[in-house]
Amino acid sequence: MSTNSDADKTLELYETSSLFLEMWVRLKRNRRAIFGLFLVVFLILVALFANVIAPYDPVQIALKDSLKEPNLAHLMGTDVLGRDIFSRIIYGARASLIIGVVATSISVVIGVIIGAFSGYYGGWLDSLMMRITDIFSAFPFFLLAIAIMTFLGPSLLNIFFALGIVGWTNYARLVRGQVILVKESKYIEAARSIGAKDRRIILRHILPNAIAPVIVYTALNIGGVILAEAGLSFLGLGVRPPAPSWGSMLAEGKDFIFNASWLVVWPGVAIFLTVLGYNLLGDGLRNALDPRLNLRRIK
Amino acid sequence: MIETKKTTETLLKVENLKKYFPVKKGIAVQRYVGDLKAVDGVSFEIRRGETLGLVGESGCGKSTIGRVILRLLEPSKGKVIFEGKVLNELSHEEMRKMRSQMQMIFQDSYASLNPRMRVGDIIAEPILIQGVSNRAEREKRVCKILDVVGLSPYHGARYPHEFSGGQRQRIGIARALALNPKLIICDEPVSALDLSIQAQLINLLEDLQKEYHLTYLFIAHDLSVVKHISNRVAVMYLGKIAELANSEELYKNPQHPYTIALLSAIPVPDPTVKKDRIILKGDVPSPVNPPSGCRFHTRCPKVQTICKEQDPNFRDIGNDHFVACHFI
Repeated sequence: MSTNSDADKTLELYETSSLFLEMWVRLKRNRRAIFGLFLVVFLILVALFANVIAPYDPVQIALKDSLKEPNLAHLMGTDVLGRDIFSRIIYGARASLIIGVVATSISVVIGVIIGAFSGYYGGWLDSLMMRITDIFSAFPFFLLAIAIMTFLGPSLLNIFFALGIVGWTNYARLVRGQVILVKESKYIEAARSIGAKDRRIILRHILPNAIAPVIVYTALNIGGVILAEAGLSFLGLGVRPPAPSWGSMLAEGKDFIFNASWLVVWPGVAIFLTVLGYNLLGDGLRNALDPRLNLRRIK
Repeated sequence: MIETKKTTETLLKVENLKKYFPVKKGIAVQRYVGDLKAVDGVSFEIRRGETLGLVGESGCGKSTIGRVILRLLEPSKGKVIFEGKVLNELSHEEMRKMRSQMQMIFQDSYASLNPRMRVGDIIAEPILIQGVSNRAEREKRVCKILDVVGLSPYHGARYPHEFSGGQRQRIGIARALALNPKLIICDEPVSALDLSIQAQLINLLEDLQKEYHLTYLFIAHDLSVVKHISNRVAVMYLGKIAELANSEELYKNPQHPYTIALLSAIPVPDPTVKKDRIILKGDVPSPVNPPSGCRFHTRCPKVQTICKEQDPNFRDIGNDHFVACHFI
């Protein structure tokens, strides 16, 4: 057979959309989502460079500076032990972010594995796994986290575990539904007809096409996990004092709410902005990944 | 040069193939209420190098036959024998290895290509699964196959949604071709395309058949397309084959009343020709509850009492022509 000279060239012109590129093109037209993204990126930067930004050591006690109002030396004032609130908020961002990301990752990994197996293989395996999922999700999310933390005792590692283990059920259900939807596609049949093994079909064909809603839910969920961490810390079951955490700062400040309101206002604002950022970003991602929305029609 | 014309050697044999889908009813508790008899006792053979056309209305089970042959669906009964091996008795692993011998081209080219994979990767995947782990070698073969189906190497870097329907079907053909199969099942490969593109693709399939000594099972609902490409044609009605003959024989000398009716529906591009179109009455009966006796008796213009009572045998009437009708 004659060989075309073009046929010897390798495939180079990788010019168009991957999932993430497509997502970005759509996302950047949505102003609220970009604001959310800005908040999230800002939080990440603050957490990364906490030691550079923070003017004081967040655990340094200075009793002579106890309960100072916000001023030029202490931008957000000081708490009852004279610690700089601004520095504690900045270091608290680090704790919140690490917990949000790690706990959510644990949930995603467990949920995706269980959901993918359940949806792909179906039958008794599906029934068994979904009943286990039901049992886990029958417990109220926060109550289960409190129970686990009470049992294990407060520490960073235990928070990862507690919040990770209570959150995976929604991912499992989400992924299972998507997998069941995608596995009926003709291109899965095509993959089977070329002799692809189950592992390849799941990893290369099903998951890339099933993962979009998981990305959206993850973005929304990190905000929820950060809120839950704040709640646990508020109850004294989260980050172990004196390490700064927005939740425990709220708890320490609540006794002074009327005469030193800056103690609760600033952690509250920090939690609010973080959760808002993740929710706006998640909402934007949901719109960006909705295939029914035309790319050109998004304003 | 190897003889490219069809031989009489059997490549694939299908024996009394049946595929029933259970029908369930009920909201909370599903109870079994019967079978949808998609394919109900079909036997035929495909000879090496030939194209066997398989035609019938939608829902008559022709696509199901294709899927059962490739074991994308397990048959309820019957055998599929490929080069002397009974496919249904192979283990999953053995079957997986056999898949390089037989491939499929799907009707909906858009749905059958993974939207998240580049075309180059889609075509390279079967080669990778076959065991060519060298990336450069794979890319070389992908480029060659793209060239063979009339696309350019740079198309490999694009995603399926960037192509037209005809081009996408070429991608589907390229993927099927990547493993050098002996048999390709074409499941209505051109039905969704407009006529000029249909002609291009049919010509491509014919050229490929000559070049690579392929055998086709060509599934379609359009008799004129099938006439052009097929050596032999099987006409299906409600899960059974009504008539099977050489292409020329079938079109010149149709025997089964259903075939005669179908052929009379082909439009002739000449307004002066007057045709007696046979309009069949009623609809296709449900395959869940097919008619007794001959399945066509509810709509047959020649129906007699015997048709309602006895299922006609699939008989050889000479000249390699098989018909399932009591009055032939």
